[in-house]
Order: sequence, then C-alpha cells, then structure tokens
Amino acid sequence: MLLHLQRRLLAVLPIALGVSMICFLLVYLAPGDPLQTLLPPDADAETVAKLKQLYGLDRPLPLQYLAWLWQVMGGDLGQSIATGRPVLSEIRRSLGNTVLLAAVAVLIAFPLAMLLGTIAGYRSGGWMDRGVTGTAILGVSLPNYWLGIVLVILFSVELGWLPASGMGPDGSGTFNPLHWEQLRHIILPVVTLSMIPVGIIARTARASISEVMAQDFVTTLRANGLPERRVLRHAVKNALPSVLAVMGLQFGALMGGSILVETVFAWPGTGFLLSKAILTRDIPVLQGTILVLAMIFVATNLAVDLFQSSLDPRIKRG
Amino acid sequence: MMKLPLARIGLAFGFAAGLLAAPATTRAETVLRVAMTAGDIPLTAGIPDQGFEGWRFVGYNLYDSLVLWDLSRADRIADIKPGLASGWKVDPANNRRWIFELRKDVTFHDGCTFTAQDVVWNFERFTKESAPQFNARQFAFARGYLTNFESVEAIDSHSVAFTTKTVDSLFPYNLSFLMMVSRCRSEEVKNDADAFARNPSGTGPYRFSRMVPGERLELVRNEAYWDKARIPKHDRLVLIPMPEATTRAASLMSGQVDWIEAPSPDTMPRLRSAGMQVITNAYPHNWAYQLNFVDGPFADLRVRRAANHALNRADMKEMLGGVALEGYATLPPSTAYYGKPIRYEYDPAKARALLREAGCLPCKITFAISTSGSGQMQPLPMNELVKAQLEEVGFQVNLEVMDWNALLEMSRNGRERHRGINGINISRATQDPFNGMFRHVISSQWAPRGSNWGHFRNDEIDSLVSEALATFDSEKQLPILTRIHEKMSEQAVMLWVAHDLNPRALSPRVKGFVQAQSWFQDLTPVTVAPR
Repeated sequence: MLLHLQRRLLAVLPIALGVSMICFLLVYLAPGDPLQTLLPPDADAETVAKLKQLYGLDRPLPLQYLAWLWQVMGGDLGQSIATGRPVLSEIRRSLGNTVLLAAVAVLIAFPLAMLLGTIAGYRSGGWMDRGVTGTAILGVSLPNYWLGIVLVILFSVELGWLPASGMGPDGSGTFNPLHWEQLRHIILPVVTLSMIPVGIIARTARASISEVMAQDFVTTLRANGLPERRVLRHAVKNALPSVLAVMGLQFGALMGGSILVETVFAWPGTGFLLSKAILTRDIPVLQGTILVLAMIFVATNLAVDLFQSSLDPRIKRG
Repeated sequence: MMKLPLARIGLAFGFAAGLLAAPATTRAETVLRVAMTAGDIPLTAGIPDQGFEGWRFVGYNLYDSLVLWDLSRADRIADIKPGLASGWKVDPANNRRWIFELRKDVTFHDGCTFTAQDVVWNFERFTKESAPQFNARQFAFARGYLTNFESVEAIDSHSVAFTTKTVDSLFPYNLSFLMMVSRCRSEEVKNDADAFARNPSGTGPYRFSRMVPGERLELVRNEAYWDKARIPKHDRLVLIPMPEATTRAASLMSGQVDWIEAPSPDTMPRLRSAGMQVITNAYPHNWAYQLNFVDGPFADLRVRRAANHALNRADMKEMLGGVALEGYATLPPSTAYYGKPIRYEYDPAKARALLREAGCLPCKITFAISTSGSGQMQPLPMNELVKAQLEEVGFQVNLEVMDWNALLEMSRNGRERHRGINGINISRATQDPFNGMFRHVISSQWAPRGSNWGHFRNDEIDSLVSEALATFDSEKQLPILTRIHEKMSEQAVMLWVAHDLNPRALSPRVKGFVQAQSWFQDLTPVTVAPR
C-alpha cells in the first residue's frame, strides 16, 4: 500500500508538468493575448510592443514557460495580468467558495443518489426502478445553465423566496452558512449543481446493486434465511467500490467548479474565475487555476483509490 | 410633592423628544446597488480597466480628471467641461503649448491638497519609466490618450503647461481620460499600485469604503467634494460585477440590485411588466464595418455606396427590439457636427444598378466579425441579417467569425496583413472628433500605426482635419468638423448599420437619474427610496 502511495505521488509530478505545459501552449495557440485587456481596443502596434516588453511577454515562449515554472516551484503562482492581484490569493478565495458549494452539493447529492440507486437496483424492473431511472436520466440530460435560469425565474423572480445571485449582502468575505440570510444564497446553486451527480451516481448505483442482487451468493444468503435487510447490506457493500469510483470522479468535477452554474448565479468560485481568465487571456490565472484544480482532481482520485482498496481487499494495487 | 411629578413629566418629554429625534440620527443608509456587465471590479488604482464601464462606475466616481464630461443633459451628445482644471487656453505665443488653470479648493480623500505638482507627478506615473511611481498598467491605459503628449510642467502651484508634439486643438479631450490619484497615499504605500488599489484616494464625488475582490466595491459619499452640486444624494454606492445578462435581470426583479446595465432586448418587456424603468438614449456609438480601400471591391466608391443602399436598417432595428437607432453615418444625429450627410436609404434597385455599373456582380466580399465583444451588441444575428440583405442585391458575403481578441488584433495589424478581408466589424466610440472620425480616415493613421484599418486616403479630408486641429476657436471649428463628417458620408467610408441606445434598467425606487448621451453617466443625483 505504501509503495502504491509513493508511486502515485511520484506520478503527480509529470501530470502537473504536462497539465501546465498543455495549458500554456493552448493559451498561446488561441489568437489574441492577455495585454488586450489592458489596452484600449484602438491601441497602436507600438504601444502593444512596449507593453509586451514591460510585462516580459516579448521573450521566447520556452523562456516564459521556464520562468513561470521556476516561480511555481518557489510557491509563487505569479500575478494576474488583468487585476494585478497575486494568483494564489485569487485562487484561494475562489476555491474556498467553490469547495463550499461542492461540499454542500456532495452532502446532498451523494446520499440521495445512493438511496435512489439502491432502491431502484433492489426493485429492478419495478415501477420504483422506472421512476428513479427516469429521474436520473432527466438529471443527467438537463443542461444545468438552463435549469439554473429556470430555478431563478421560479424561486427568485416569481415567488421571491430565494435570492438570484451572489453570496449575500456582504459577499464571500463574511459568508456564514449557519446564517439563514446567507445560507439562502447557496440553495439554488446547490440544487442546480447536484442534478448531474445525482443522475450519474444513481444510475451507477442502480446498475451495480441490480448486478450484485443477481449473483449466486445473494441466493445463498436468502436460502440461509438471512433477513432481506441484511441481504441488502451485503449487496450494497459489494456494489460500493464501483459506485465510489464514480463518486470520486464527480467529487473532483464538483471541486473544479462549474463555469456555467457559477456564471448564472454570479457565484465567485473557480469556475467564475476561470471564465474571466479565459475571456481576458489572463495566462497566469489560467495556468495557476488549472494546475491547482488538476492537482485536486489527482488527489481526489488517489484518495478514492486508496479507499476502494481498503473497502475491497480484492482490489490489489502496486 | 410637586417636584417628583414634574421631574417625571420632564423625563417623559425628554424621552419622547429623544424618540422623535432618533429617526434623524439613525436614518437608514440609502444604498444604490449596481450590477455591471463587467466580469470583475474595475481597477481602483487610477485609470480603470473594463473599458468605458470602468470609467463610468469607478474612474469618474473615485477620481477626477483635469477635464470632465458634462453629463447633466439628456438631449444632446455630451461634451467636455472643466474638471480639476477650472479652465484652459492655448499659449498665444506657441500653439503647441496649453495652459491649464487648476482649482484651488480641491483636496484628496486623504486630506492632501491638490496642486500642480500632483499633475506632474501623475503624468510621470503614466509616462516616465524611471519615476518611482511609474506603473506599467497605468501606462497601458493612458498610452492611447498620450500619443500627442510631449511634456508637462508646473508653472506655479495651481497652473500647468502641456506641450503637444503637433498642433492639436482637441488635446483637452484626451485629458478627460487621465485620472489624478493622490501622491500622498501612493507614497504612503511606497508607490505599490496594488496596495494603493486596496485603499485608493482620489478627489472624486465618492470615497472608497471597502472591497471584496472580484465581488463588490463599495463607495460612500464624499461630503467634502469640491463641486457642491455633485455631492451624491445617496449614502453608499455598491458595484457588483455580473456578466450574465439573465442573472442581472433576475437580480433586479428579485430586488437584489437597484440598477442593471445592458439588459438584453428579450428581457425588456418582462422588466417593464415588473414595473422596472427601462431607460435608453442615443450615445456616441457606431456599429459599422470599416472597409478595405485597397484590396477588393470596396476600393470602388460605387460598391461602397451600393452596400449602404442595400441595407434595410428598419429591419435591423426591429430585430433588436427597437433598442437601436438606424445608422446612416458615423455619428448619431444628435452630435453637434452631424451636418447633412447623405442618407443611404434602403434602395435595392439602386444598389444593384451601382454594382452593375462597377462591374462587380456577383460581388464577392469577406467580412471579419466577432462572436461577442465590448459594444458589439448582438454580433452574430446582426451580421447574418446584413449578409442576407447584401446578398439580395448581388453581393456574395463570406463571414469570417472569430474571437473578439482576434478581431482586435486584426484591426491593429491593418489591411496589409489581411488582404482577403474586405471589412471588419468593430463598433466604435465616437465621443470626440478624433476618436469618432479622424483616426479612421486620415492617412497619418494608416494601420498598424493608427486606426485607419483599410488605408483610406482622401487629400481633402486630410487637409480639413489639419485645419480642424489648428483651429482653436470652437465656433470656427464646428463647420470644419461638420464638413469632415459630410465628406466621410459622401465617400461612404464605412458600411453603417446602427447606433446602440445604451439600455439600462432601474428599480422603481431609483429616482433622479438623467441618462446623458454618453458612455459615462453621473450617478450623484440619484436618490433611492426606502424599501
């Protein structure tokens, strides 16, 4: 196990390097450059050249990349070209907001999805199964930006029950989820964000449970007179590793923030930060954010792997 | 015996008086909450970013420039007025030297007095790389307005002299974009622009209160503002970045904000039915195509005129839900020097005849357009409609769609590097004669040196522009500017389509706002009724 952990941790380095390099190249392959946001639309070529020199963007690409890499190794992700603020503090602030959103979504979506999937898998072929499967497909199929807007129109504009955007009257700085006036702001984004994971996890859980329920050992358990409640517990335990793998991926995706959901609800998370950075070609913010998110994804998958191994001794790694 | 009741009565009166007085001292703070289209809070360290929206909400509220815009009227295109400078004149002995008299009663928010030395210090912040206060971002924002700036000197404590590289009667317009920040505060934070941005100090009608980066900026009334008529009539101004139009509309209707910028045309009927005030007005905006005058069919005046006659601008206006003016020339008609340009009415037969006469039928053209961008309105459906209308009279239009940044880069490079492109669709601000007209048509502005993308050249226009720049009497200058605009129309230097109407929606609680015909707006007269 320890060797496996060491290997996986070592593999993070090339992944980080690859991610940063691909991101760097992609940003440069796209037309336009980050200085466009600093310049008036009609700035002349001489001004552009001068500013490139002032920002060090006139150096060859490999040199720029190496300089950035050297900075990152020293724990500095540089400064945003668009705002001038340190990238690390921008990411820290927005990541906190996204993690809050993702954590609440996970707390609601995962148990709910597991419950629905288990019921559907246990009652495979019945009306409950059809109902849950239909709901899950709906959850996966609804575009979340559309759902977000519909929820806003219904609950904010028409009914006036919940706020439409932001994190409350004072922003994220003083956000307290224990305070109802602020907690109200998270409800619609969480519901919107949870729909896809609920759908995906419920479908996976349903498939795994129904597959396990068809296995011989379940028949044996029943033949031995085990109550149905305990039979189901065995089935859930056997189905759990594959569901966990999907949960891990969904957790990673939620942590990455949703550009669409965060934009619709003006939620100042990593998705919102990324969308701004993409539009303004803010390379330091883009590179820093993608690197941090990629690392979170890798760490999440690693944790899920280890958890799976501990749950199911048949899964041997390393 | 009598003492006690009297004391009690006195106490009771005192208490009642206290209660009555209480509302005056604990009056609820009036707050104006604005949802901007920007994705982030505009920079607070002087000249803002985020385009003219940054100037509108942060620049002209936290700061002043030597020259300001008169935003008090809604019936004509706004023009400049004295700001931190109470007046200016050109030196009678040297027409490249401008003398600006500064106001004597101005203090920065930090209490320091505004003097001529502050002006020099600020210009060094924009231009002098060796100065400790030099800032590359401020250089970038200021550069476009300083192309003709040579030097500045303090004559005495409250007057400065600017020297321009060439004779330039329009030089004061450029100064309206250059914000004066406090030298005291900057030196207090060792000229660190980011530290300054976190606690800025200017001379504007609002003072900085607090900021949550990326989420909200709060400004409060500057009671000591030098222009007493413009001391804000509300206590606090909250600026919230909200780039998604639907979110802005929903936030207004659910009462989370009081004011939204640029509601999309499809949300306007719903906003109106919810009791919101939807306000529009003309402003100096031009949605048009700059043409390639060297390569391809638009080198021929007849083809340029044919394209202008092919457009049914009423259809375009209808498609935009009425939130546009039909665009027949570079400037909106309420501009003082609009004159009497040719009105290129929709006339498909005339357009076809002109194409036939020019020997260009079918006439193949390619336009470079963007998917979005500042001031671009709804570029995709608008371009599709233009294409359909042009094709009806004999053009064959190819739309080369690209990202906004790529289109800006193409515009900077000029036609030489894009010979296959016959026009670029970039909307322009036309707030002053140089930016609105000259730079697109004079030969000294040929791209990549300037903004004359398609290398238009007309000796008469060149000489009229030189004359306008050397005419310092505005009454004598007006007919020259008018002639330039009319001449641009005769030459069909663009394919004109529309002028935006600058829509915004306000809660019914918001009163007193006058929407100026400008990219900038004065928020100070606005009052907000309690909820």
